[in-house]
Amino acid sequence: MSDNILEIRDLTVGFRTEQGPVEILKGVSFDVKAGEIVSVVGESGSGKSMTSLAVMRLITDPNAMISGTIRYKGRNLPGLSAREMRKLRGRQIAMIFQDPMTALTPVHTIGWQIAEQMRVHLGLGAKVARKRSVELLGKMGIPDPERAYDRYPHHLSGGMRQRAMIAMAISCDPAILIADEPTTALDVTVQAQILDLLQDLRREYGSSIILITHDMGVVSTIADRVLVMYSGRIIEHGAKSDLLDKPQHPYTLGLMRSIPPMTGERPRRLPSIPGSPPLPGKRPEGCSFRPRCEFSFSKCSAVPPLYRCNEQFAACFLAEHGSHQWQRNLAEERTAK
Amino acid sequence: MLLAVLRRAFDMVFVMFGISVIAFLIFFATPGSDPSARIAGRNATPEMLAQVRIAFGFDRPLYVQYGRLMQRLFIAQDLTSFVNRGQKVVPAVLQATPVTLCLVFGAAVIWLTAGISLGIVATVFRGTIIDKSLMLLALAGVSMPVFWVGSVMNLITQSRFHDTWLFSWVPGLGYTSFFESPSLWFKTLVIPWFTLSVLFIGLYARVLRASLSESYQEDYVRTARAKGLSESRIMVRHALRTSLITLLSMFGLDFGALVGGGAILTEVVFNLPGIGRLTYQALQNLDLPFIMATVMYSTFFVVLANALVDVAYAWLDPRVCDAR
Ligand SMILES: Nc1ncnc2c1ncn2[C@@H]1O[C@H](COP(=O)(O)OP(=O)(O)OP(=O)(O)O)[C@@H](O)[C@H]1O
Ligand code: SF4
Ligand SMILES: [Mg+2]
Repeated sequence: MSDNILEIRDLTVGFRTEQGPVEILKGVSFDVKAGEIVSVVGESGSGKSMTSLAVMRLITDPNAMISGTIRYKGRNLPGLSAREMRKLRGRQIAMIFQDPMTALTPVHTIGWQIAEQMRVHLGLGAKVARKRSVELLGKMGIPDPERAYDRYPHHLSGGMRQRAMIAMAISCDPAILIADEPTTALDVTVQAQILDLLQDLRREYGSSIILITHDMGVVSTIADRVLVMYSGRIIEHGAKSDLLDKPQHPYTLGLMRSIPPMTGERPRRLPSIPGSPPLPGKRPEGCSFRPRCEFSFSKCSAVPPLYRCNEQFAACFLAEHGSHQWQRNLAEERTAK
Repeated sequence: MLLAVLRRAFDMVFVMFGISVIAFLIFFATPGSDPSARIAGRNATPEMLAQVRIAFGFDRPLYVQYGRLMQRLFIAQDLTSFVNRGQKVVPAVLQATPVTLCLVFGAAVIWLTAGISLGIVATVFRGTIIDKSLMLLALAGVSMPVFWVGSVMNLITQSRFHDTWLFSWVPGLGYTSFFESPSLWFKTLVIPWFTLSVLFIGLYARVLRASLSESYQEDYVRTARAKGLSESRIMVRHALRTSLITLLSMFGLDFGALVGGGAILTEVVFNLPGIGRLTYQALQNLDLPFIMATVMYSTFFVVLANALVDVAYAWLDPRVCDAR
């Protein structure tokens, strides 16, 4: 219990729109332990980014309605004053975004932007901040960091910018690093390097990492635990090995089947499960995966609760009584390969 | 660096040459705009006309006329007015320049300060009633014609309320040099400054508001928030710093155009003997030497402003130097 560094309970995010309120996140609850890499997967629009923005309190839309508790080391983030929250952001919980092309201010050097964060949070002087920024850039594997410090974002490649972003994010040694699809905009070899870098970070600094991704391949490489999101809910979560070996939820199974081969080009988006996720305003009654689920049955017109199976949780009526036929099939498929 | 400066200078000469040719052709060679007819007067006999034509050289080929005009304007600097015989053009322009500079410079200080402040305040309160009313006010400022604002100002400060404590300090129309009496200089210029700024305050506030709210949609502002920076720091160091690029280039061009005689209406309404009024008088009398001189003068400033804006742009926006 107490080694949970972040505890999210019943996080619900909705927006007032012209068509009435729409719920984007519905009762999202999960924990992050110190030093672990939690991976959040799901198709586009499932609410992965919304979850991370809610944790950071970065949802600025005045029409947003947010409820639930987010406890960081026991403090409830939604209850903090704007000032206290600011002290936390970038210092305790840092974030990197998907598109390193646009996420850095174009008119300042990357070094200045990294130093700025340390000067604000750690009160460092200009010289010290510069020295430490250069060190960080070097650690992130940026060649010639001394010169890189004075380069503007547009001088650097996507991979280098993402490294600079990561350098900035970890500059104040945060306890949690939220990475929202940090590799999606990058090409494959660079992706692998960035993932290596994140793993090194965890090893060296012991920070927890929440890694948001589309890519089950990424999940199988670096995650300790996996959360699967579908239409604003967490529909399955558990340790990576459990979840990948014996998925309980048909949606997770669909994602698993879409893991690209270990060799060769990884597709940018997951090969799709037939159909597409429902729009936030048009989610079906009962299990929201029902229209696309090959196993749906009468019970599925109700909303499935999270069923527990050892340390694995799944929101599917099939999981009520443990393993299913398709799990065995999957195992056979695996051994056949 | 030197090469860039030289290239700029060459561009400038080239543009001024082009403009001078066009202006020359418009005023000297358009059918029906026979300058000798104007000089000789309305009741001139054909003999007098012919005499004027020869005396002023209008019988010579156009390129000779153009060359002589340019030579007298730039090299000998002894070009004289067609209307007020003997009045030299170059000293008149040089005399008018400081008046215009004082007017435009003062107004620029006002409109930059007010425009930027309003733009920032509106952005901070974006979406609220404060934002909306400020932007409406700015729109009103943009929509009011300068000569109308000037006339109303004059009406209020010179006649209607001149005898009240509020405006009794306002001196009569006209201009006093700073070196003659700094306080009088200031008093004569305050109202023209504000009059000239109104339009630009509105314009700059609206442009800045638009540019800032665009910046606030950008990912890098979200990053700045995620870094835990304060709102004021995000505004000044990230959003405003990026928007200033747009504003600065606008400012350079506006400033150049105004110094080049674009403040014509303000100068006429307030009877300030600056370049604008000089141009106005020259146009009214079709005083060709003066027209050519003021056209050249304003071209010079517009082109100069353009060049300066480009330099400043490269300095403010690191992306620019590489693009070239
Ligand atoms: N301001 C808003 N008002 C209404 N709906 C919104 C708003 N912002 C986002 N949404 C909706 O929230 C849903 C979840 O978005 P989110 O960005 O969290 O998805 P995601 O899982 O990160 O997807 P992706 O993989 O594409 O990044 C989307 O369907 C989006 O349309
Ligand atoms: S609850 Fe029913 S519809 Fe939903 S995933 Fe499970 S089997 Fe499919
Ligand atoms: Mg996202």
